[in-house]
Amino acid sequence: MTALLQVAGLGKRFGGFVALDAIDLDVQQGERLGLIGPNGSGKSTLVNCVCGTLRNESGSVHFADEALDGLSAHQRTRRGLARSFQLPRPFASLSLAENVRIPLLYTVKARDRGALAGAAIDARCLDVLGQVGLAGKAERLPRDLTQIEMRKLELARAMAAEPKLLIADEAMAGLSHGEVDEIIALLIRLNERGVTVIMIEHIMRAVMEFSQRLAVLVAGRKIADGPPKDVVRDPEVVRAYLGE
Amino acid sequence: MPFTLVLIAVAAAIFAFGRWLDNSYAFVVGYIVVQYMVLGTAWNILGGYTGYVNFGVTAFFAIGAYSTVALHKLVPTLPLPVMIVVGGVLAGLVGLGTGYLTLRLRGVFFSIATLALAVVVQTLITNWDFVGGARGAYVLRPRMAPLIGGEYMQYLFLLMLGLGVIVLATARAIERSALGYGFAAIRDDEGAAEASGVPTLKLKLIATTLSGGFMGMAGAPLPFQVTYLDPASGFSLNYAVNAIAMPLIGGTGSWLGPVVGAVLVGGLQEYLRVTISSAVNVLVAGVLMVTFVIAAPQGIVGLFQRKR
Repeated sequence: MTALLQVAGLGKRFGGFVALDAIDLDVQQGERLGLIGPNGSGKSTLVNCVCGTLRNESGSVHFADEALDGLSAHQRTRRGLARSFQLPRPFASLSLAENVRIPLLYTVKARDRGALAGAAIDARCLDVLGQVGLAGKAERLPRDLTQIEMRKLELARAMAAEPKLLIADEAMAGLSHGEVDEIIALLIRLNERGVTVIMIEHIMRAVMEFSQRLAVLVAGRKIADGPPKDVVRDPEVVRAYLGE
Repeated sequence: MPFTLVLIAVAAAIFAFGRWLDNSYAFVVGYIVVQYMVLGTAWNILGGYTGYVNFGVTAFFAIGAYSTVALHKLVPTLPLPVMIVVGGVLAGLVGLGTGYLTLRLRGVFFSIATLALAVVVQTLITNWDFVGGARGAYVLRPRMAPLIGGEYMQYLFLLMLGLGVIVLATARAIERSALGYGFAAIRDDEGAAEASGVPTLKLKLIATTLSGGFMGMAGAPLPFQVTYLDPASGFSLNYAVNAIAMPLIGGTGSWLGPVVGAVLVGGLQEYLRVTISSAVNVLVAGVLMVTFVIAAPQGIVGLFQRKR
């Protein structure tokens, strides 16, 4: 069986700075992958290249046996590749229900060719918000939300696109212990429904709890990839995080 | 559909009222106010819904006006509604081209590019002898209105009312469609819109084309209204200022905003033009715009909407 996401030899430069150097990464259908690395190691750049926000100079990205190279970000989202942003980027003038309505209209509805309409869309918006516990605030604006609610909205918007693969880019940064648990539980529930999840995170407790497999980026290279317990004991990983 | 019927009924009632008044000046005022309503709504489709501020209103407006001048010279018998459609299509195509060239620019850089467009188009028209160049062009209008009888101005007013119905129905339809949600997503965060599956470039091109096309349509009857058109008046700052000020004053969030703005500001300007001075009207738009941007950024319509 081929992997759901296949990243092969992916390279990205910003001027003379090599942000990503020949990254290979396969993610299997239904897997929970943790992606870690120090600040500036290229995690977000990798997400941006996979999602089409940035163009990679070399290498290729295959998703569900289809080459994504050259496709724009919205085309990739429609094929089932959703992401949340590191800093929440809600549609500030729209209500929460409308925030999740946009991916519904532009991915699910566009795929089904009108099978979803009218009241069914409204119900689906509430359903998605309900999954993250925000149904009660459906008519509020994003500015009324707390920090964790904002993160949940960010995830809800990505979930509304009914993705095959969800990339959660530091969905928990700055949250309290209990709040982190809430987000982990949310992502695991999502995974149990068949969605493959890549979690990018600095909070090691969350990463270890969540991930079935762990990949480590350091200075644009992948230095480790395997079972979490082994990876965190890998001498090279320890050196990258703690120094010599 | 019911909304369009209501619009048609309102437009018909306004026209019937004008006929009952039987005052030539009332038709001129009505024409100007509705013209600004169309122009403001057209601007709002790009500026209000999508968030791209277009300072080049006069370019599109004048393309419509000058296409009528050119058509009138080539085929004097061509009915005005056809000229309006041609003017709209031409301005829409220029909108599409402008969009394609400039929409990789964001925020203020897009606005500067549209400002440059207005200058470029004005320079071209000023040096195009066929439409009168810098001298200007006379367009002799018939004395009597076709089909409906009465003065020709009544016919112009009726056409502009019809255009108003089309433009408002379109604007409201956009607001309630997936297109409207896509526009709003672009306005709030273009990157997040792309990540949500919104084809941002395509939607922005739809917005610039519709917006430019409607501005061209608003300008197409102008030569018949003023009967003498030169670049200085066709590209007058008034059109650009009013087209931006009216949606901002009325409220950019909904189709009703530009209507409220146009009736209020357009009406006030006409009143001041006859009572105080013909030059005071730009001042009015400017002062009101600044006041509203500071005190009520959601416009008049925003003041009455429920606070969320």
